[in-house]
Amino acid sequence: MNARSLYAFSSIAAVLALGACHKKVAPAPAPAPAPTTAAPAPPPPPPAAAAPTNTGAEMASARDAARASLTAPIYFDLDSDALSDADRASLDAKVGILNASPGVKIRVAGHTDERGSDEYNLALGQRRAAAAKRYLTQHGVPDASIDVISYGEEHPAMDGHDEAAWSKNRRDEFEITAGADALKPAAQ
Amino acid sequence: MIALIRSDLLRARTPRLLFALAMALCLAPFMSRAQDTTHAVRIGLTYQPGTKPGVIVLAVRGAWGDSLQGLIARDLDYGDRVEVIGLPGTPAASSLEGIGPGVSYPLWKSLNAAAAVQATVTSSGVHVAVHDVTGRKIVQVADFPLPPTGGSAEWRLAVHGVADEVEQWITGTRGVAQTRILFVRGGRVYVVDSDGFGERLISDAGLSLSPAWAPDGHTISYSVLGSRGWSVLTKDIAGGAARTLPSTTTGLNTTPAFSPNGLTLAYSHGDEAGTDLMLVDLAGGGPRRITVGHGSDNTSPEFSPDGRRIAFTSGRAGHPEVYIMDVDGSNVELLTPFNFGDQNYRSNPDWAPDAQHIAFESQIGGMFQIMVISLRDRSVKQLTSEGVNEDPAWAPDARHLVFTSSRTGVKQLFILDSESGRARQLTHAGGARLAAWSHSLGHGR
Repeated sequence: MNARSLYAFSSIAAVLALGACHKKVAPAPAPAPAPTTAAPAPPPPPPAAAAPTNTGAEMASARDAARASLTAPIYFDLDSDALSDADRASLDAKVGILNASPGVKIRVAGHTDERGSDEYNLALGQRRAAAAKRYLTQHGVPDASIDVISYGEEHPAMDGHDEAAWSKNRRDEFEITAGADALKPAAQ
Repeated sequence: MIALIRSDLLRARTPRLLFALAMALCLAPFMSRAQDTTHAVRIGLTYQPGTKPGVIVLAVRGAWGDSLQGLIARDLDYGDRVEVIGLPGTPAASSLEGIGPGVSYPLWKSLNAAAAVQATVTSSGVHVAVHDVTGRKIVQVADFPLPPTGGSAEWRLAVHGVADEVEQWITGTRGVAQTRILFVRGGRVYVVDSDGFGERLISDAGLSLSPAWAPDGHTISYSVLGSRGWSVLTKDIAGGAARTLPSTTTGLNTTPAFSPNGLTLAYSHGDEAGTDLMLVDLAGGGPRRITVGHGSDNTSPEFSPDGRRIAFTSGRAGHPEVYIMDVDGSNVELLTPFNFGDQNYRSNPDWAPDAQHIAFESQIGGMFQIMVISLRDRSVKQLTSEGVNEDPAWAPDARHLVFTSSRTGVKQLFILDSESGRARQLTHAGGARLAAWSHSLGHGR
């Protein structure tokens, strides 16, 4: 393949990838591979010897991976706002992405399971959201980048009256509220 | 000497003594009534303490007569203080078949009635007489104006007022039929009459929770979810736009409660440092913080009847408990300092109008139940045991409570008589929770 074709291909792929950025959770369109992998997309045959990290498809894939990591929920024990090790690992990944993407703003929404006082659960959800925000700002993310809100028990992720459902509802959710297309993966 | 006096008495005084004794026996009932001046309205009707007098509500001729009879009878039944004989709409109604509105003391006595309620439709409303069946006489009578719109919500509310007055004549305690209850269904605030009729949507768009009554009986407050957080709104249920409390445009602002004089609103304000209680004068001015949570959560304030204290839920001990404090935030006291049940979780207090009791919910055996604590001796009574029961709210009689129960499989509102334990289901369609009971709504509206 000559340089012209490669250039044309890259442009088309970049346009397609930009289109993908405006959808919330849609995976990147072909020819990019599954977005959960961070591996760069192989160019079509014959493979060029050019460095792969700057292709539009690779950028789209990395952005999707960053979005997935940034919006991954974290979970809590009953009546608790304490961060588990898994929570911290998830938040560490978010710190990296947010520090690499200065234009991005997020909103942390705290949730509870259905048990206990509906009214007190609003405060507990608020506390869970505040705990995540505190961790992020303590690791350098600007305060102004993060809003918090509580849904208490009002917006369960999973219907059900057992621990299988309850454990999925005691969570913080992370939503990108601005700068989604400026999202960059964490600096290596 | 004694023997001499006795023989004198016997010869000269016996007939007079006997006469005096006979008179005393005849007059004794009248004398005891005359002594009972503190219950002036309960003239002529006295019962053994702890008994429920039987009451007949006679058939009512004329326009809307059946409804009048049915409403008054059911309101008296819901009051749990009298035994309504032949309650319309139940199988027992057959015992009144063929019994007209006319006076018949022997017939009523044979039905075990202590009182009979005789209502007559008039051009302006209804004329009601209450009969003492044993004494065979009318003991109270009055004319009540009713709106001309028979069957309307306004008319029903007025008839409930008649029933409440009749209950006061018979039992000495005013009924609570002439009240309404706010609640949440599907994230919207509704109002319903105390007998379950007339459900009406009140709130506008937006997830709305925790409705509260102002003492005026038509202003309410509730919290609404927006894109940036929760705000506290006030609204007149008679109509008009909702108004956002200026200090509640950001953060988590929930669980509003009016002071008994209607001039102050307490609510919970949460930011990233915790959730504290605030007071704000409704006439204007900024809010004052009355709890210092140090990162803990303080929610669901409720005023005492004299407006001087507030009961609330706080997690400051590491788990939710019920506290009471002065309205300026001083003298905070843990109300529920005991361990019972399998996990420490007590919340959602409501102060009874008699100022002597606080109802709350407590986790027991993995479920929540309605409890009442006496402020006199701190004794605690468990009022429910079936399903999950939450959010108690007292009726104005400090005896009935409305609460949320899952006992039917879906959250619905139930009304409980805390004395007899009798529970009746208030809501049926959809789910319902977070109820608030109004004051008596007499004098129109």
